[in-house]
Amino acid sequence: MPKLTNNGKLQADDWQVVSKESAPALAEMFSGQWLVHVKWYVENQEELTNRNNIGVWLDSDDEAESVSSVIGHLPVIGVNFPVFTDGRGFSIGRTIRERYKFTGELRAIGNFMQDQLFYLKRCGFDAFIVGDKVDAESMAKSLADFSDVYQAAVDQPVPLFRRRLA
Amino acid sequence: MYVYDEYDHKIIGERVAQFRRQTERYLAGEIPPEQFLPLRLQNGLYVQRLAPMLRIAVPYGMLNSGQLRKLAHITRHYDKGYCHVTTRQNIQLNWPQLEEVPDILAELAQVEMHAVQTSGNCIRNVTTDQFAGVAPDEIIDPRPYCEIIRQWSTFHPEFAFLPRKFKIAVAGTQSDRAAIYFHDIGLQLIKNTKGEIGFKVLVGGGLGRTPVIGSVIREFLPEQQILTYLEAILRIYNLHGRRDNKFKARIKILVRAVGPEAFADMVEKEWLNVRDSANHLPAEEIARARTFFPEPQYLRGLDDVEMMAPINALRGEHREFGNWLSHNVQRHKIPGYRAVTLSLKFTGVPPGDLTDRQLEIIADLADRYSFGEVRTTHNQNMVLADVQASQLFELWQQLRQAGFATANVGTLTDIICCPGGDFCSLANAKSIPIAEAIQREFDDLDYVYDLGPIELNISGCMNACGHHHIGNIGILGVDKKGEEFYQVQLGGNSGYNAALGEVLGPSFSRDDMPQVIRKIINVFIKNREGEEEFIDTFTRIGMTPFKESVYAKAH
Repeated sequence: MPKLTNNGKLQADDWQVVSKESAPALAEMFSGQWLVHVKWYVENQEELTNRNNIGVWLDSDDEAESVSSVIGHLPVIGVNFPVFTDGRGFSIGRTIRERYKFTGELRAIGNFMQDQLFYLKRCGFDAFIVGDKVDAESMAKSLADFSDVYQAAVDQPVPLFRRRLA
Repeated sequence: MYVYDEYDHKIIGERVAQFRRQTERYLAGEIPPEQFLPLRLQNGLYVQRLAPMLRIAVPYGMLNSGQLRKLAHITRHYDKGYCHVTTRQNIQLNWPQLEEVPDILAELAQVEMHAVQTSGNCIRNVTTDQFAGVAPDEIIDPRPYCEIIRQWSTFHPEFAFLPRKFKIAVAGTQSDRAAIYFHDIGLQLIKNTKGEIGFKVLVGGGLGRTPVIGSVIREFLPEQQILTYLEAILRIYNLHGRRDNKFKARIKILVRAVGPEAFADMVEKEWLNVRDSANHLPAEEIARARTFFPEPQYLRGLDDVEMMAPINALRGEHREFGNWLSHNVQRHKIPGYRAVTLSLKFTGVPPGDLTDRQLEIIADLADRYSFGEVRTTHNQNMVLADVQASQLFELWQQLRQAGFATANVGTLTDIICCPGGDFCSLANAKSIPIAEAIQREFDDLDYVYDLGPIELNISGCMNACGHHHIGNIGILGVDKKGEEFYQVQLGGNSGYNAALGEVLGPSFSRDDMPQVIRKIINVFIKNREGEEEFIDTFTRIGMTPFKESVYAKAH
């Protein structure tokens, strides 16, 4: 499925999500790009580190902390939104960026919706896996719904009250 | 009151544009209804029994006369000429058209108003004491902190899809008029032994189908840390609140499940990570927020007794005026001034309802008598907070003409009442006709005065918008095989001595209700000692005498 970037551009994307239930065969993962579930990655980390074609994904009931021990080795982290009303991913994303200082690609996967893009971006997401038939221009507008914000988050670490005082 | 700067105007303007585009996309079939739902809710628009309703935010209850005139225009132009003051100090329109809501929001933005986050699973409007800034028992004015919290919570990117709605109330007085023990977060402004300002922090209070009194999780939080601490609480709730069952999703269920001490530990641990973040409030920001709530240009040096003497002298000649002075006029921290409550509880009118013309009259009265400002109350009344004592008689005459001088504030007939089955699709039963029947049963004001302060609250269903659990007398509409019945509770208390009412017994039909309340009041009168208040008599004698009288078989 295509990837929408933070600046509203659609790109082809080849990362494949390996489900929690299936045990990926390491031998098959030398080629291609794979997002494995964080628990599986941590359990098998000795064989996986420094593989820039393997990243992890977290479900909404996973703790952001679960990724902290391996975060330096990951090119991509995905956070799943099982349904768009499940807002845990916003806290997970922000914590991964702010507390664990992740600098790679943080992508939203699953069933988030277009009108959450602005908030997702604020919480540190810089890539969004979207459907094949989306209106990229409309999505780019949603990413830029607001030109200023009150509170600190990943995209604007200085809250408005501090900028007003400056 | 708070005045927008260029940032506020820009952000609220962009919100209007965002919702206009979302509405267009929805009407064009580009947003599915289930996705549009949270978007419209977070813009105040929810669909009820008869039509969409629009809940307009009144941040911590403050309005100016220009805003009232705009509201009058909106009710006239986009609605049926009236609106409703809610139990969370907001203003509700009953009949807006979905297509016109973006235009309504644009009109509101012109007068620095909005409908942001007045519904939906997000942080709602922050509420406080309607006498903030003027109450003689105030320790610290809560409004600057309310405004700081309002800005922090507005479009907070992390907390817009919480497990459930989230309500914060702040009190800064010796007696609680903001019901902080019954909010998701209650904040009580206090000073420590060193004279530093901070908050006592409560979590997990609430009404609804599982009423709970909030638990203190921190005795003293320095004021500079309010946003960092709120962010820690909200993050714990966002991550750990239940999402599998909407009836168990409020923070009170989480706090109860893990226990208040364990919950406090979770918050404190999270807080260690964020307490030194950029959300730490500099003293300059708190000072800046205070500058928006300066004292108006009071006449100084007035002698209170001297000012009130000629006013009190009119009591003999004008008995109704005397009653009004005793019940609808409250003391003020400045000598020679009073706060005046406009009763929106006129028998025959749904509690809290106001017409477009009445809104304009209040605007004019605010300009003439109270520095152009007015407040809404969670008891569904309005307040002119800064009236010169010498003008009270003149003001009373005008209020009487406009229908706001019913001298029943704080009495049995100053009923808090949700819209109920007449308007609301959640309701099991009507509530407005019950309020009216009780007001008619107790139409002798002198009798009502003799009873002293009694809070009577009515909810049409267990969602408890009418706060029935914390009324001294609470009435809950229930559905029995398709018929409307009413359960009665006694002993609720919304103050710092927070208590939840207990159920009296089996429910009653609508026709029985005035007589049921009559019997309850008779038991109170029979057992009352001296000038004792209803709640104190109830606490002393307990439920049994009430039960025996109300359910006694007729002989």
